Amino acid sequence: MNWVITENNKKINTLEIPTISIDEIKSDFEKFNFRLVGFFGKEEFENIRLFVVLCDDKVGKLYITSSLFTREVKTYESFTQKFPQFHMFEREFFEQFGIKPLNHPWLKPVRKNLDDYEFFEMKGEEVHQVAVGPIHAGVIEPGHFRFMCHGEKVYDLEIMLGYQHKGVEELIIKNKYNNRLAESICGDSVIAYNMAYSQAMEALSETTITNKAQIIRRVALEMERIAIHIGDMGAIAGDIAYQMGASIFGVTRTLVINTMLEISGSRFGRGLINVGGVNFDINQNLSNKIVEMLDEVSKTVDRTTNVMLKSSTVISRLERTGVVNSDNAGAIGAVGMAARASGIDIDSRFDLNDKWYTELNVVKPFKATGDVHSRFKLRYKEIKQSIKIVKKLLKKLEDFNNEAILIQPNSNLAENAMAVSIVEGWRGEIVHIAITGMNGELIRYKIKDPSFNNWYMLALAVRNNGVSDFPLCNKSYNLSYCGNDL
Amino acid sequence: MIERIINILILLLFPFLMVGIIKKTKAFWSGRKGVSLLQPLWDFLRLLNKETVYSETTSWIFRFSPVISLATVIFASLFVPLAFGEAIIDVKFAFIIFAYTLGLGKIFSLFSALDTGSSFEGMGASREACFSTIVEPAFFITMATIAALSQNFSFTSFKLICDNAGIYGVLIIALVTFTLLIMLLVESCRVPVDDPTTHLELTMIHEVMILDNSGADLGFITWASAIKMFLFSSLIANLFLPTDLTAFNTVLIFLVLSVLIAIIIGTIESAIARFRMTHVFEFIFIMTLTALLILALVTYKIYGN
Repeated sequence: MNWVITENNKKINTLEIPTISIDEIKSDFEKFNFRLVGFFGKEEFENIRLFVVLCDDKVGKLYITSSLFTREVKTYESFTQKFPQFHMFEREFFEQFGIKPLNHPWLKPVRKNLDDYEFFEMKGEEVHQVAVGPIHAGVIEPGHFRFMCHGEKVYDLEIMLGYQHKGVEELIIKNKYNNRLAESICGDSVIAYNMAYSQAMEALSETTITNKAQIIRRVALEMERIAIHIGDMGAIAGDIAYQMGASIFGVTRTLVINTMLEISGSRFGRGLINVGGVNFDINQNLSNKIVEMLDEVSKTVDRTTNVMLKSSTVISRLERTGVVNSDNAGAIGAVGMAARASGIDIDSRFDLNDKWYTELNVVKPFKATGDVHSRFKLRYKEIKQSIKIVKKLLKKLEDFNNEAILIQPNSNLAENAMAVSIVEGWRGEIVHIAITGMNGELIRYKIKDPSFNNWYMLALAVRNNGVSDFPLCNKSYNLSYCGNDL
Repeated sequence: MIERIINILILLLFPFLMVGIIKKTKAFWSGRKGVSLLQPLWDFLRLLNKETVYSETTSWIFRFSPVISLATVIFASLFVPLAFGEAIIDVKFAFIIFAYTLGLGKIFSLFSALDTGSSFEGMGASREACFSTIVEPAFFITMATIAALSQNFSFTSFKLICDNAGIYGVLIIALVTFTLLIMLLVESCRVPVDDPTTHLELTMIHEVMILDNSGADLGFITWASAIKMFLFSSLIANLFLPTDLTAFNTVLIFLVLSVLIAIIIGTIESAIARFRMTHVFEFIFIMTLTALLILALVTYKIYGN
């Protein structure tokens, strides 16, 4: 067998991972038809080892293999020509290790050497360029957007990120059990990132945390999803100058994050999760408060969404704007909420058999039209679903009243081990892959934010749309800059 | 004389209050307290005290344009019947002077936007030029029709509509109000045409053209656009201004009507989303169609019998 088959949050021995040729990986990938979740290198003496992690969404299994590039080999035939979903991964691998994918359609920088980069240009007398950023109006992170327009119509958008490349992957290796670092990687997915990191560390150190801690983590994860989705719905309303939506959703989001403040002392849940469990308990009193808050939020969100989607001016802005069909979304490997809004039914909470979710019997929300309206409506549905999940989890929490919330994790990580930890944040799957060396020290830590896959989806979405609709499309995805600029 | 002084004071100061009322109305509808009614005035005074920064790529056009904007708007306002139902300068065919004086100011603001060399501002200028062009026919059809009806070729003719048109007058006034309201929304860049509060450069029309302006220049531009909005609103108010009142009562009713129009604008902004850029054209063409309808009505009234 050329692949190690494993599951989410499971430790495997790196020595068991086979070394096969690139061509074999390619032909297997074609045969399996799985989704790519990891494609990264690791230095091994003078050689480079390339790890490939695939995910079979239907049964929730992960397939891992590797390939070795000796010092002399500096090229390989690119995957991207045949499988577009590799394009970012191959560019990143090239940037980090200098091994060149031959015939890659567009081998441009991901995070480094941005200064001398020449942007894609269209020729033509009436084609004009609009350059936005990297410094924007408002409180947004740096990113450069280059539009090729004909009048108001966008032919092509090129997105350049990497302006705040901060070396997170290297920093994490240097620290042991540094949850505060892990949760600062991406400020709007604090819980999801921290959870992915903690799960990876717990898998490697063979620490089993209590059921109570598991539930509290998931309550927080869903509350994060509710809060951000509501905030984004407000932001979408704000972009189309629909006042009522912007202000009411804004107020409602505050209710959710203020409850988070009561749980953990931080409105975004910083400091809540630690390797070994969680730092703060949810007692009966607090649990009642959360349910009460969610009931109110649910009512307000229902009412506001209803009024908003009945307004013809709103509908005319949202519908058929920024469409990405499921073929394109699938080809580029879109993940998460954005993929679900384009008709691709993947949700790692359920697909990867997380028992805390699968035993709840909730329906996976799903939309297929792939326009801004679809992403708006899906957010609404996910809020409703998450509210249900939180309530059910809180009820279940009563069964584990006597358990501890935090246990001391084993201080040593397993030797020559690897763990893949995937958490479905509000944006999509956050993948953390940790590899340890001979003495149980971390030697490679790979992070993949859902935005890494989905930024290109935004570029596809604005094609043939008005340039003035770009902010709306952008807001409907609300992708992360810092999740990309690791 | 005293009437003219009051007229000029209202002209120069009331626009700030009008913007304040619109903001307050929007705050009310979204459940907020909102800023004070006079905040636009304080903002203006604050801007006057600020340093003005000029980009190195700009020429004299960029420096002149804010002053020209303000000057043309104030000059145009002299031909508009304000608080007392009478223009300060009452001449025949005033609406032509009015339209093209505003046009001059607009041309300069377009040039100044292009002068900065920014791709945003060029885009904003192209949008602004495009929308202004299609507003113009509607404006002239409406004005000329009314002038023909009343045989009096100045703005003051509005109050004669009813006298001359009988029952048709009500219909004509309703249509003219509708046309002028749309014109007001387009010309002063309000929702659903433009969003004066947005920070998103790619969606802006008027705001993006003044991105490079700062300090007193910016103050002049905001003042000028507030006055411009007030001019269109006072055209509407004058349609409803009774002629047989004392001077004091006329001013009072005029101010009440202006406040009412500001509240209506604020409510429109709170109730609907902004149109997609391509739909703005359709919105403006509605205005052209109503203008043609007014023309048809008046033609029928004059030649029909």
